Amino acid sequence: MLFFIEVALSGLMAGVMYSLVALGFVLIFKASGIFNFAQGVMALFAALTLVGLMEKFGMPVWLAIIGTIAVMIALAWLIERLMLRHLVNQEPIILFMATIGLAYVLEGMGDIMWGSDVKVLDIGIPQGAWDWLWDQGIYIEKLEMFAAATAAIMVIVLAIFFQKTRIGRALRAVADDHQAALSVGISLHTIWVVVWSVSGIVALVAGIMWGSKSGVQFSLSLIALKALPVLILGGFTSVPGAIIGGMIIGVGEKLAEVYFGPMVGGAIENWFAYMLALAFLLFRPQGLFGEKIIERV
Amino acid sequence: MFYRETGQFKASYQDDQALFPIDQDRYVIFAVLFITFAVVPMLLNQYWLNAILLPFLIYSLAALGLNILTGYCGQLSLGTGGFMAVGAFSVYKLMVAFPELGFIPLVIISGFITAAVGTLFGLPSLRIKGFYLAVATLAAQFFLIWLFNKVGWFFNYNATGMITSPPMTLFGVIITGPEASPVAKYYLVAGFVAVFALLAKNIARGRIGRNWMAIRDMDIAAELIGVRPLVAKLSAFAVSSFYIGMAGALYFAVWLGSAEPTEAFDINQSFLVLFMIIIGGLGSVLGSFLGAAFLVVMPIMLKNILVDGFGTNTALAAHIEIITVGILIIGFLIVEPHGLARLWRIAKEKLRLWPFPY
Amino acid sequence: MSERNLGEVILAVDNISLSFGVMKVLDDISFDIRRGEIRSIIGPNGAGKSSMLNVINGFYHPQQGSITFKGETRKQMAPHRAASHGIARTFQNIALFKGMSTLDNIMTGRNLKMKTNLFWQALHIGPARAEELENREAAEKVIDFLDIQAIRKKPVGKLPYGLQKRVELGRALAAEPDLLLLDEPMAGMNSEEKEDMCRFILDVNSEFGTTIALIEHDMGVVMDLSDRVLVLDYGKQLADGEPDEVRANQAVIDAYLGVPHEEG
Repeated sequence: MLFFIEVALSGLMAGVMYSLVALGFVLIFKASGIFNFAQGVMALFAALTLVGLMEKFGMPVWLAIIGTIAVMIALAWLIERLMLRHLVNQEPIILFMATIGLAYVLEGMGDIMWGSDVKVLDIGIPQGAWDWLWDQGIYIEKLEMFAAATAAIMVIVLAIFFQKTRIGRALRAVADDHQAALSVGISLHTIWVVVWSVSGIVALVAGIMWGSKSGVQFSLSLIALKALPVLILGGFTSVPGAIIGGMIIGVGEKLAEVYFGPMVGGAIENWFAYMLALAFLLFRPQGLFGEKIIERV
Repeated sequence: MFYRETGQFKASYQDDQALFPIDQDRYVIFAVLFITFAVVPMLLNQYWLNAILLPFLIYSLAALGLNILTGYCGQLSLGTGGFMAVGAFSVYKLMVAFPELGFIPLVIISGFITAAVGTLFGLPSLRIKGFYLAVATLAAQFFLIWLFNKVGWFFNYNATGMITSPPMTLFGVIITGPEASPVAKYYLVAGFVAVFALLAKNIARGRIGRNWMAIRDMDIAAELIGVRPLVAKLSAFAVSSFYIGMAGALYFAVWLGSAEPTEAFDINQSFLVLFMIIIGGLGSVLGSFLGAAFLVVMPIMLKNILVDGFGTNTALAAHIEIITVGILIIGFLIVEPHGLARLWRIAKEKLRLWPFPY
Repeated sequence: MSERNLGEVILAVDNISLSFGVMKVLDDISFDIRRGEIRSIIGPNGAGKSSMLNVINGFYHPQQGSITFKGETRKQMAPHRAASHGIARTFQNIALFKGMSTLDNIMTGRNLKMKTNLFWQALHIGPARAEELENREAAEKVIDFLDIQAIRKKPVGKLPYGLQKRVELGRALAAEPDLLLLDEPMAGMNSEEKEDMCRFILDVNSEFGTTIALIEHDMGVVMDLSDRVLVLDYGKQLADGEPDEVRANQAVIDAYLGVPHEEG
């Protein structure tokens, strides 16, 4: 029983990590209708930049973080200028494929700029087992609790941002209808730079968490693919959905691996999340919290 | 001026519906076929065959398949790698178990097997659209690769998990395995691709192709004219997977010789073929070929320029290649989302007036 | 108009009610259409006219009521079933297949007349080829009828609005329907284009005997063309009868002139 709790909790924690990445997706999708395949690579790129700044330039942690945020904002500006601006009225599928291209570009650039070997990321997040729980016989990493707490804070901050601030309102307007937003004077370009910057920062946080946990390496970008099932479950446009979806996927995956894995030779984690999402899609195509799409003829 | 069609009048609908109604097009195609089957084999060498011609032809076949599903019918699929694996493993098991049936029939049977699998994974397309569907195909991709890695029956329980193509002959000539003659391989694959490209073109311009395009353009309106979305989408999955499966079979048996699921058929393969049809042109048979040619030749050219020309080390060159592909994708989507095929058509339009630009 | 030879009832709509959540779009609507008739449905914006067509067509499923078409009564049917039973339609916002040419779009209208399977289609010989040519001829007849030969090979996305509407009509006609539903076929047209469209509608009705149900805002057109008119307002049935009757109906006049009335 204790083991079950441990697996479940571990799954929850892993799920939170997924959610962090999914959050970035939701932001961009909400504001521009684009599914940003490059989100995972952005997390990798951010983490690489952070480590690079700390190692190559010897910056202290806090400065490096600020530096990385600046880089991500600059990146968002470049993406808007060079790519998004030219693709304004295209169909979603074209935009999606453009972000795949973007992912390749970022990946190559990250490799060239900072090298492609695995890096250790240590910015002082407490490591090791959480003693209090460990005494009860359950092994949960402090890091994972820290990530969960960070995710919770981010969700609250983002929720406030969207609901209460002027920019947040503008973002929601843009997400709803580009043309209408333009006609009330909202500048699409500024909004997009803002959104992609925020998304970049979210990616940085995700990158930090994942990087601290398992080192900064290429597989980080594959997390993007895992985020898809999370988004399916949670709905593409819902921030709480991303969190809950992430947790469900995390727990589901872990449980499946531990309890069913041995029966079929293991490594179920490779595909379980997708099958789960698929099953979900068949019954509820808009996810738990997403908006139902009504097509008007 | 050379490309005008004046004077070429069609007296019957039959003539108007010919594959190449404009005479100049017909000459070009004959020239291409002539070069393909009569000239190239003379100039062939092992390097050209293995580095450029075989991958180009085989990827063209895969691109044709994906174009049917994504370009004509509008159903995004990221499972191409997985389906190629199905084709490869099917042909492997068949070659080991029933070599007497002959290589070509075995490849075709593998195509049918893949079609069945593809149809199964296409079932969700009834309820799901757009990139939600892409998730379903991702599920297929990851599941299939896992399956072929884990279940020993597929690779006949050998220790490495790799499959190796046993030597097969066609009309007395060896076409697979290390002894195979390059010319024989070339004719086999080129012949295959030519025939199936023609079949694809015929399907695309008939009722079924039109129904696919109707689903792609506006599936609600498609129902209006009596198209049953289920039938149309599943048929697209089936035909598409048939082509992709055969491509996978040829990829493994004729080109690679031996393969291991993750390396040869993973998600990068799916992306590669998707890029081919984006760059080449969605919904275009010609586009499938152009895209495949581009993405097979470009990395080689790039490597030659960078490594041999500028002396960059291979790792760096690989990174630059990735960046270039990414930039090209974005560039194409911005400039000409309809790909090289559209650029070709525009060029032909300009040729009608050349050298009079007005 | 009352001299016309109208047949028996081809479509009967009985007590249809349709709601989206709490919004009642159609409230207990009943009417019928006779074979060979030109029937108009009119009403202010939002009255539920398009929704009514969508119900007949199978796109919307009513909560209550039934539809009887050519003798068969159903509560609802799938759109492709409606198509195979002989109902065709055009849309307010043009539902053409933008990626295809005019000819191809019209050929898609022939879809249900074509039967050859995948194998023959791939080879494009024998039955597949003959079928394609046969249907090409039928499509060309429609093209001639609508006078759109010049734009045959043009991708429809590039055509001006008026021509797109004509092509959409062509696609519907190509299916040789028993009942043709036209949703604002003249919206956005100038008077010349409207005259042409009127002529086409009358020709379709007289030459092919097609029954037509028509949503239209131009009162002149409605009164001239229709055998009978149905008036809807806020989902309710206001009047149903010959044009002159409806024109004189007080409730209809009130609805159109916007005399304030209580929410029903």
